[in-house]
Amino acid sequence: MQNDAVLKMRGICKQFPGTRALNNVDFTLRRGEIHALMGENGAGKSTLIKVLTGVYEKDGGTIWVEGTGEEAHIHSPQDAQNIGISTVYQEITLCPNLTVAENMFIGRGKGQLVHWKDYEDRADGILRSLGIPARAKQELSRCSLAVQQMVAIARAVDMQCKVLILDEPTSSLDEKEVAMLFDMMRDLKSRGVGIVFVTHFLEQVYEVSDRITVLRNGELVGEYVIEDLPQVELVAKMMGKNLNDLADLEQVGLKSQGGQETVYQAQALSSSESRPFDFSIRRGEVNGFTGLLGSGRSESVRAVFGADRITGGRVQVNGKPVRISKPHDAMKNGIGYLPEDRKRDGIIADLSVRENIVLALQVMKGFFHPMSKAQMEAFADEYIQALQIKTASQDTPIKSLSGGNQQKVILARWLLTHPDYLILDEPTRGIDVGTKLEIQKLVLKLAEENMSVTFISSEIEEMLRVCSRLIVMRDRKIVGELTGSELTQANVMKTIAGGEQ
Amino acid sequence: MDKQRKLFAGIGQLIIPLVALGLLILFNLFRDPGFFSIGMAVNNSGNQVLTGNLISIIDSASELAIIAMGMTLVTAACGGQDISVGAVGAISGAVFVKVLLGAPSITPGIVVLGVILCCLATIAFMMFNGTLVSVFKIQPMIATLILYSCGRSIAYWINGDATPQLNSPIITSIGMTIPGVPVPTPIFVVILAGLLLLLIFRRTTTGLYVQTVGINQGAARLNGIDPVLIKLLSFALLGVCVSLASVIGVGRLGQLNHKTLLVDIEMDAILAVAIGGNNLGGGRFRLSGSILGAYIIQMLTTTLYAMNVSPVNVKTYKAIVIIIIVVAGSPVVKNRLSALWSRMRSGGSQAAASKGAG
Repeated sequence: MQNDAVLKMRGICKQFPGTRALNNVDFTLRRGEIHALMGENGAGKSTLIKVLTGVYEKDGGTIWVEGTGEEAHIHSPQDAQNIGISTVYQEITLCPNLTVAENMFIGRGKGQLVHWKDYEDRADGILRSLGIPARAKQELSRCSLAVQQMVAIARAVDMQCKVLILDEPTSSLDEKEVAMLFDMMRDLKSRGVGIVFVTHFLEQVYEVSDRITVLRNGELVGEYVIEDLPQVELVAKMMGKNLNDLADLEQVGLKSQGGQETVYQAQALSSSESRPFDFSIRRGEVNGFTGLLGSGRSESVRAVFGADRITGGRVQVNGKPVRISKPHDAMKNGIGYLPEDRKRDGIIADLSVRENIVLALQVMKGFFHPMSKAQMEAFADEYIQALQIKTASQDTPIKSLSGGNQQKVILARWLLTHPDYLILDEPTRGIDVGTKLEIQKLVLKLAEENMSVTFISSEIEEMLRVCSRLIVMRDRKIVGELTGSELTQANVMKTIAGGEQ
Repeated sequence: MDKQRKLFAGIGQLIIPLVALGLLILFNLFRDPGFFSIGMAVNNSGNQVLTGNLISIIDSASELAIIAMGMTLVTAACGGQDISVGAVGAISGAVFVKVLLGAPSITPGIVVLGVILCCLATIAFMMFNGTLVSVFKIQPMIATLILYSCGRSIAYWINGDATPQLNSPIITSIGMTIPGVPVPTPIFVVILAGLLLLLIFRRTTTGLYVQTVGINQGAARLNGIDPVLIKLLSFALLGVCVSLASVIGVGRLGQLNHKTLLVDIEMDAILAVAIGGNNLGGGRFRLSGSILGAYIIQMLTTTLYAMNVSPVNVKTYKAIVIIIIVVAGSPVVKNRLSALWSRMRSGGSQAAASKGAG
């Protein structure tokens, strides 16, 4: 079996400042197989691929590619290409205003005169043999995205590649185009090309792949033959859970079910980033959106807050129809939102802790009603105390605080506005365990005080601990809702993975 | 200790410009102890006025100081600079002169009306810049290149004559001195502009919003601030500043010369912002820094002229000094210096400790 290998990576390590992106990862690709590389965001998939294609230099480990003798030395993408490793990235990296043939042969002439006529003939031949519906003289931009993607693959294949890496090739394709692409992948497989397939879509993995390698937190979880790994187990492995352990689950304590009154209700709400969905929350309820990263859970709450362009739907707050088309509208209706990406969307890095705390309240008070410095200081002091924010002073720029304390500042910012409904998207990501527990406790306490909270986290235990209702999303659609006794890890994972197993 | 640090942090950004200003003053005192002496003299209009290099520096820097304030706001909110301020200033002056010439006689009321109208016109032109920058997200320098190129032609076209004259004691009072007041009027206009901005900062949240938008637009939006409005506001305030500066400029000459009014002031204004320690990429700002920057630039020019450097060479010498100030204020040098400083301090305390042990 091992003799079939075209690529062996052993003990690959890669360190970035502050994080260990890859730790002793093995990966083996065999001739004529489609091998899915799976893992959540940040699991190390892209890093592994970038090490393989020479974008990053590895810190440790060996790479062997068929035909390179002892060890392959890959120091640049050019090296990778020369030994037969080709990559097609998610975004098309061709030139749309050149013809198909030009795109296929550009950058490959080694200083000789270029005979475009020959190239066009050859391109047509390749396109025909791979069944790609495009002509050599056609301008690339006039082909559909799927065909452009296929041209990129054809270019890679024609360079005599042994290893073809497809990084999220289907993310911008519709179902028919995906089917076309899969036909082509199967065709290449039958010609002996080893394909590494990176994707978020679980169904697609089971449609074409032969084997799966799962990574988690930069470590290898394992390599599996597809038949041996049901979809639900794959999800468990990606999340780092053992399904057997899940049988004896913690019974969750008293969680706030909330009152009868509906605080917020949306029907067919959709935004530029999310598909139409229905959603509601009662006073004092804590609910949550769950699903793999990229399943659309953040996009949904962003739509609730008006953070993306709203494209449709009806919204009621406290039973009254309202229009929420921008964050300010949501704030006026008593909604607060702690964004997923703290660095990008949350903190105002150069401003002081004080200014960061009072920002949202100041905006709600209005442009012509600036708070006095004394007032700001009082509020800042109050919340630095209440949330135990560790900072040298109020005047310290927020960027010099630790992640957990930055998050507390953003939390303080919204608590200060006394919202009826608070959305927390990944409030505990990247912060230490102690602070995590503090935030969880705080959420439960707020619910007791009749605040409604939507809580999103990548950690299912955490969501089970605080939420009384979980809305499950997959591929940007709501696929289930769990309440009461249904709230178990196994159930959540089954719902995430989907009925078809 | 804590108080001291607080004070230090507040003034940190101003250290380089303050040191630069101090060195310039020392240099001049060393070169000519009487450089800063102030006297009284009778000017052309027969008024008693203050004279001397110091007065001349503060007076001549007025337009620059006013525009630098507005430029600071645009820089902070948009992370870029408006290079059309000189050309738009010419338009502004043209509108002012047009209003005055249209009146049967130039009375104080007409002058006030002229100032208001030219202010509104300037804001309108600045809204053009602001819209390109905020709505269409064009880089400020490119967006303002348009009015930079054609503004002076528009100014020419407004009056249909190259240099309309204004013969009025009121106009002279604006550009020079008011009879009975020994201090040049432009200095009062700078104070007026400063107070106006101070009032705006006190009564509105402009300061906080401008910095928030400049540092992180996306987060600003998620906190309910409209970045487009805030950027437009910064351009509007720059418009007010430019129109005040243009009125001073017209007052100084008693005429409108569309070719020379506020010419080349855009670069000096950007420089003033930079010397003041403000980040040209936007975000946190300090108006006082930019004002200080404006006076440094003017003092430098006056010093060079006083040293009989020919006008051709003045620009070169100016450039050399400015390179030094800007490099000294650059993050690289600042970090190096602060690292050196902390090493010296810890080294010193270690030495002291070992001495104690010995």
